[in-house]
Amino acid sequence: MGLTNSIELRELWETRRSVVLLGLFALVLCVDLLARLAGVEVGLTDSYSFGGALSLTRFGGLLWNGIVIGLIIGLAGIGLSMTYSILSFANFSHGDLLTTGAFGGWAATYIVAAVGTIELGSLLVVRAAGSVSPADIGANIVQTPFAILVGIVVAAAVTIAVALVIDRLVYKPMRDRGGIALLIASIGVALALRYIIQFIFGSRNRGVTDTTGVRVELVGISVNLHQLTLVVAAIVLMIAMHLMLQRTKLGKAMRAMADNKDLALVTGIPTERVVRATWVIGGGLAGVAGYFVVLDRGVIGFNLGWFLLLLIFAAVILGGIGSIYGAIAGGLVIGITYNVVLIWIPSDFNEAAAFALMILVLLYRPDGIFKGVTTA
Amino acid sequence: MTDDVDADKTAPSVTEAVRAATADISQPVRDVGLIVGVLFGVYALFAVFVFNQGLNSVVSTLRVVTFFIAVYAMLALALNLQWGYTGLFNIGVAGFMAVGVYTMGILAGDPAGSPPGLGLPLPFAIVAGMAAAAFVGLLTALPALRLRADYLAIVTLGISEIIRLTLNSGALNSWLIETVGIGTGAGSGMGLPSFSARGLFYVDGSTANQTALAEVVFAVTGPLGIRESVVIAWAYVFVLIVFVVGFYVLLARIGNSPFGRVLKSIREDELVASSLGKHTQLFKIKVFMLGCALMGLAGILWQGSQGFVSPNSFMPIVTFYVFVALIIGGSGSNTGSVVGAIVFVGLLFEGPRRAGGALSDALAFTANPNTSWEALTLVVSGEPLALFAYATDNISALQFVLLGVVLIVLMQKRPEGLLGHRNETAAAVPLTEQTRSIRGGESDEQ
Repeated sequence: MGLTNSIELRELWETRRSVVLLGLFALVLCVDLLARLAGVEVGLTDSYSFGGALSLTRFGGLLWNGIVIGLIIGLAGIGLSMTYSILSFANFSHGDLLTTGAFGGWAATYIVAAVGTIELGSLLVVRAAGSVSPADIGANIVQTPFAILVGIVVAAAVTIAVALVIDRLVYKPMRDRGGIALLIASIGVALALRYIIQFIFGSRNRGVTDTTGVRVELVGISVNLHQLTLVVAAIVLMIAMHLMLQRTKLGKAMRAMADNKDLALVTGIPTERVVRATWVIGGGLAGVAGYFVVLDRGVIGFNLGWFLLLLIFAAVILGGIGSIYGAIAGGLVIGITYNVVLIWIPSDFNEAAAFALMILVLLYRPDGIFKGVTTA
Repeated sequence: MTDDVDADKTAPSVTEAVRAATADISQPVRDVGLIVGVLFGVYALFAVFVFNQGLNSVVSTLRVVTFFIAVYAMLALALNLQWGYTGLFNIGVAGFMAVGVYTMGILAGDPAGSPPGLGLPLPFAIVAGMAAAAFVGLLTALPALRLRADYLAIVTLGISEIIRLTLNSGALNSWLIETVGIGTGAGSGMGLPSFSARGLFYVDGSTANQTALAEVVFAVTGPLGIRESVVIAWAYVFVLIVFVVGFYVLLARIGNSPFGRVLKSIREDELVASSLGKHTQLFKIKVFMLGCALMGLAGILWQGSQGFVSPNSFMPIVTFYVFVALIIGGSGSNTGSVVGAIVFVGLLFEGPRRAGGALSDALAFTANPNTSWEALTLVVSGEPLALFAYATDNISALQFVLLGVVLIVLMQKRPEGLLGHRNETAAAVPLTEQTRSIRGGESDEQ
């Protein structure tokens, strides 16, 4: 028994050396985390030690922030994963769809929240210039829940419209072209879209939400109601997405196209309609995700989506391109990694760590960490 | 092993290539003519923008334009080697430039400066910068070149961002200064030994003590009202142009060599190349490293002339600029890379800014809207010029929109660019020789 075990271990070591090393590394980190939580510290050298002190509150806070950003990334990743598998290209303009949704949705929220009291010019361009402060408008989930709801819907609607127009103008004439041609075109779309947004809404990064009364005590824990709202909304959207894919004919058609496009064509699935549905769902979710980014951070800027793009790619690749559940799980992994690594490394490097994770997955598990679960 | 065979072949083909070059003189002449023609077209355009500000201003503007043309031409040529010749879709150009520039800066930096450097001689630092860029290229290439093109794109973009974030890190900078005694300067950037052609004009850097060259040149430019500083800056641009020519010749040489033919065959169909016994991975790694080294050199020559560098100079947008230049010119064509750089800098990069400035000076707008909404309301209330005023104020945004639209239209209508017809001679022997004896060198080989 012991002999076969050691042979198996050796085989594992020889065939999957990198995976074994990575696994060991992860194990060490886990043990270190547990040691830190337990407050155990073993000095190794003067400046390095194993374990340490980490309060449960700080760890919980990091984990929660990770889940919040992870759900946003997952939501955005669904669309990217779907377009990647159904249209077979890496869409570099996906991040800017988030920005579109953020500005469209928050303009709507501002108008619903403060039309009549504040002049329309400041509201429509989301405080691009002028002296109106976020507190004057007072847009938050406590004072103006209806405005937030309208904002979410408008964010989705605007982004869907923009995504469909872009598909009609740019990608439709290029359907038969290779992935790289489409990828380059999507970089063009990303630039054009981002700077049209900058032209309309200005280049300033500015505060948007009014955070008075947003942080409350719920059963003894301090909770940010904005984060709670977006977590609940994101989970609802993800469940709706799951039901749509599993229960409806359209969902079945989309899964079929993602799995095997030629076979789908042969069976008579109307591909153009599926492509349109992909943009509607992917664009809508991206727009909502962009709106949520601002709800979480309270700050809006024309670069917001572009800076998130690589993290969204990381999530999609981690979960396996084409897999929607993978995108959600990948988003959570990336979001949690992004925050929890702060225990070990300075905050300058958490983004780099997420990218490094993505590169490692691309190199060693190009089908994603849940290899085999490709269907939608 | 395959390399040895290739190396044997290259020896006689040097003479062949020379003969080919002299036999078919019309093609290079046509290429140079094209480049010079497009360049002067762009010059004429810029001269129009600033001609009313005097000759010094015109010459100075053209210097800025030529400077950017030269650096983008170098970068486009380096990318052409990777993408145009070999089909390696590298969108991490900015990152490899950063490695070259920062290595050079750290090695040649003043040990007493902030951040401290090592104070090594500049030529050594430049070569080491290129070597470092090539080494990072190797680290990228070893695992990543197995990947599909779109995965390679994401990996290279990720690596370029990791490099930029690392250089931007304040924690790393202070750790480096404490433990090794050198630093990156983090977000506040680092000073570089400034590259300039001053040494050609002034002895020991004193303006009173001019060299013989300076006396001749300044005797011509002085009466024309061109400042000495502008002349010296132009001299550096000429150095850059020499490097562009060097890049071009190197690439043309590679492209016509057996090594280059393998690269092109990898681009067209890697399976065929490897079936014919070529170790395609090795070829790809070599060419990736060489391209990265050239990108590092181009970065060094660019940033070095400013005497300062910060991680913000290496945003992914720089990579996309290089791609646009290459795609305009035509990926796969060296002449196209240079022409693309000229067109890109002239019409998309510097042009719109200057045009916006000239327009806003000429029209002297009265309205000054702060937001797009204000501009729109002013238009509705009967001031149509307000929209123009807003557009010229925000010309940089519109410039990026134009860039994006050009990229889309090119990919839709003309993905091969202006000159990217892949109609390359695949033989080392000049194919024109026989026809020449009959018809005197006329050939429709491109």
